Amino acid sequence: MDSALIPEGVKRCPTWKFLLALAIAGAVLLWGVVAMLMVWFKGLNQTNMNDYYGFALWIWADLAFIALGGGAFFTGLLRYIFGIKELKNIINYAVLIGFICYSSALLILAIDIGQPLRGWFIFWHANVHSMLTEVAFCLSCYFAVLCIEYLPLVLENRQLDKVPFFHNLSHNMHETMAVFAATGAFLSFFHQGSLGGVAGVLFGRPFAFRTGINIWPWTFFLFTWSAAAYGPCFTLFITWLTEKITGKKLVKDNVVELLAKIAGWMIITYVVAKIIDTVYWATVTAPSLGFKWTFFYSDNPLYGKWILLTEIVLCGIVPGLLLIFGPTRRNPAARVIALLLGVLGVSLNRWVMVLQVMAVPVMSFDKWVLYYPSWQEVATTLLPVAYGVILILISYRYLPIFPQEPELNPIAPYTPANGAEATAGGQAGDESETEAVGQAAPAGA
Amino acid sequence: MFPFCFEWVWDMGHLVFHGGLWYALSIIGMGMTYCIIKAVIDTRRGGSSHH
Repeated sequence: MDSALIPEGVKRCPTWKFLLALAIAGAVLLWGVVAMLMVWFKGLNQTNMNDYYGFALWIWADLAFIALGGGAFFTGLLRYIFGIKELKNIINYAVLIGFICYSSALLILAIDIGQPLRGWFIFWHANVHSMLTEVAFCLSCYFAVLCIEYLPLVLENRQLDKVPFFHNLSHNMHETMAVFAATGAFLSFFHQGSLGGVAGVLFGRPFAFRTGINIWPWTFFLFTWSAAAYGPCFTLFITWLTEKITGKKLVKDNVVELLAKIAGWMIITYVVAKIIDTVYWATVTAPSLGFKWTFFYSDNPLYGKWILLTEIVLCGIVPGLLLIFGPTRRNPAARVIALLLGVLGVSLNRWVMVLQVMAVPVMSFDKWVLYYPSWQEVATTLLPVAYGVILILISYRYLPIFPQEPELNPIAPYTPANGAEATAGGQAGDESETEAVGQAAPAGA
Repeated sequence: MFPFCFEWVWDMGHLVFHGGLWYALSIIGMGMTYCIIKAVIDTRRGGSSHH
């Protein structure tokens, strides 16, 4: 039915399967939209946030999405600025994942501010003493960059590419992409950092407070570093997941291993810096504010020392070493475990820096306060996930995201000998296969 | 915010924050303008670039 839109030389699942997947993700999306409308029309009383938890599940999801989307800026930096040509085979997917993550983050912010019609206030009535202003500026600008990076991919759709203007525009955007990639890296450095800086400057909350350089606390640099380290892990993990779901090899091993190796070194260097930061905070910063570091991990049912060990050892040192050493990096199972641990690690770090910071008592009469999100918060947090799934489904089906896919999954050209078999396959339900074979015939002729 | 707005103050904070914002927006805007104009010219000439 939609074969005219499917890229040449590749095979896609039957339309009914595609529509079924869209419907399942669409149902979750609809649930999220209902919750979103409730929040917009009834207000933030639909959430379980209160004076303790002004930053809650949404801000954790926001920070986690932005960190996981860091694969786009870092892969773009490696591809366009450092000139690592192998990464051209995965940069499209990195950009798509980054686009989804950042648009999701902006959507969550639009829900979180309660009055989305006043969203522009942060640009026009900017508080230039706030790290969040820097985040808003850089996040919005970087999302514009991601749109620019995603647009040529859309224009390469088989039908759109036939329009000369779109074809030329796509070509010109590819030619100038290094400028946009450099701008994106510049913007990412600052907004990733400022998100960490927000926690690090909270001198009233000794669990988060850090010293640093000039106005930038150490968390500023750690957040940027961790996004560059763990972002590619998410890109590679989603690539692996896509390969499993489609049952195809989409990216060659040398590309995956190269990016995994870079991510591994980034993770190990980040974890060393994180350990130094934690030791300095535990032995100097926290005591100077009147606290023993063990205070922040005791007398509550959830936040024990296990969380620190999990973040640094299990989700930091372990995946870093697995990705650095050749034998484990080349082993698909070990590599995927490392990527998953990395994704969990950075998400856990953001959880700690948002929710544990809020849970710790700061006054002598305070107690630990734990937080449980309302269903509206859960639904609106799953909303971007469903949206991401839908966008990946549509993009994978209609856009040439994986340049190596035709080479890795060759379709036999049509001949009288296999024609009957291909037709039989089509009648059995795999209609796209028949179409793709038909498309491949002129190319092979 | 622009310097002609009543809230504007000529201090380092406003210069750095808004200077950075305009700088980034200028690069993005000029980059896209260049791409679009060149695409229009290429299309009018009847050429088709290949990548």
